[in-house]
Amino acid sequence: MNREDFPILNQGLIYLDNSATTLKPKCVVDKMVDYYTNYTSNIHRGDYSNAIKTNQAYDQVRDIVKDFINAKDSSEIVYTTGATESLNMIALSFFKQNLNKDDEVLITKSEHASNVLPWLVLEKEKQIKVDYIPLNDEYELTVENVLKKITPKTKVISIAHISNVIGDIRDIESIGKICKEKNIYFVVDAAQSVSHIPIDVEKANVSFLAFSAHKMLGPTGVGILYGKKELLEKMEPLKYGGGMNQNFESTGDYDLKAAPIKLEAGTPPIAEVIGLGEAIKYIQSIGVEKIHQHEYELKKYLVNELEKIPNIVLYNKNSKSGIVTFNLKGIFSQDTSIYLNHYNIAIRAGNHCAKILKDDLNIKNTCRISIYLYNTKEEMDRVIEVLKQSKDIFKVVI
Amino acid sequence: MDKNVRREIILDHYQNPVNRGLTSDESYIFQNTSSESCIDNIDLQLKYEDGKIKDIVFDGEACAICTSATSILIKTLLGKTLQEAEDIITNYKNMIEEKEYNEKVLEELIVYDEIYLQPNRKMCALLPSNALEKILEVIKDEKEKKKSVD
Repeated sequence: MNREDFPILNQGLIYLDNSATTLKPKCVVDKMVDYYTNYTSNIHRGDYSNAIKTNQAYDQVRDIVKDFINAKDSSEIVYTTGATESLNMIALSFFKQNLNKDDEVLITKSEHASNVLPWLVLEKEKQIKVDYIPLNDEYELTVENVLKKITPKTKVISIAHISNVIGDIRDIESIGKICKEKNIYFVVDAAQSVSHIPIDVEKANVSFLAFSAHKMLGPTGVGILYGKKELLEKMEPLKYGGGMNQNFESTGDYDLKAAPIKLEAGTPPIAEVIGLGEAIKYIQSIGVEKIHQHEYELKKYLVNELEKIPNIVLYNKNSKSGIVTFNLKGIFSQDTSIYLNHYNIAIRAGNHCAKILKDDLNIKNTCRISIYLYNTKEEMDRVIEVLKQSKDIFKVVI
Repeated sequence: MDKNVRREIILDHYQNPVNRGLTSDESYIFQNTSSESCIDNIDLQLKYEDGKIKDIVFDGEACAICTSATSILIKTLLGKTLQEAEDIITNYKNMIEEKEYNEKVLEELIVYDEIYLQPNRKMCALLPSNALEKILEVIKDEKEKKKSVD
């Protein structure tokens, strides 16, 4: 749907690497070009017309994000450079201050690097314990397994809403309820979910949430950290500088502004924030549920057809997102993706930054097709056709 | 070189590479390649004795170009002196990077003379040569140390 809004699709490209980054609709690009062309100025400092216009355009995105994820207050929305920075701030600022030796953080082996490494750093620095909630036979996370893994020492559960290799949708409302009952902080990496399924941070009792604009039709370089108001107030900045301070003296005294501003030192990516706002409006104009339904229908169709091809191994046929992870038997994933590129089909090969999933999956590298709103059944048919004739793969690859 | 012949040689080395399988013999010098790539991951071990490369073995998971290049490099370097090996690797890297090179020393490695047409595969071809280069550095360092002790 809405293919006409994505000029890049006029070039015969079949784009199926949406988990890495999505394409950008023309309205998002235009909105950013408009800022750069017609009213460039910095935020929060000028009294002239363009500066006031920039302030309005920039600040209103906080409200757009707040409504999109159903936060209580726009002060709970922090602009960051992306989900990676958001997750690093959560672990290396807030939890560095608020966890103690032997406190447990539960994650899974299918988490993205940015929801693993910051915790491993804390494990070394603060002697906390990082433990892994087991995945089931289909490499999915179940509420039962979460419950089984919780101990009296569990202080944090930090998981992706949708995992980026398997694409399983985690039941964050049930897990959030458990966290509330047991007084556990609940961190959700929403990078793969925020533009695919609805999110309600209040309903799911989320303590912190992280996502990036570029995986939701927006620009690179900007993302969101959501944190409950009382938690953000306690969070110390990792960066200090302009915009975030109230006052500082040569005596060494300084005061910071309130959250979220104290967490946003320096000139932010203004055009990108404005672009993010436009991307969210665009997604809302279609409806997240409708997008999910579309990509899941296409996934089911694709999986059903790929299952008929004997030399294809599927790793996540039952997960309910638009992600299909597979390998051609005996073919290194990168060779498969180079083969598909020959037919102008863009997919991803590798470990998808989930380097410890190999412990469970018993294979390091896979091919990942990730579907989004502009993909079509005809594109799936083309992928199926090309994979069917892959016995000649090396004639193309070498 | 004819395209089909080139492909046949590469494919043969990919599907039946020489010297696959690591050794526990500690006289071999070890080097891994994964730090330079997200996805190809090759371990190499080389035994240098009496002024010559006596053996090279490898293992790992990598694409057709990386695996075949590892195999052909091993085949080409076996029995060579340190200086000959350095010369081959320098010329091989120059070929991949589209610089001037001496094709006479490259033997079968010449099959990669058009890999530059696929820029994203240059790194695949370079991974094993970079690792082997590091091993040759270790040998050189050891030689230097020995000299200064003597």
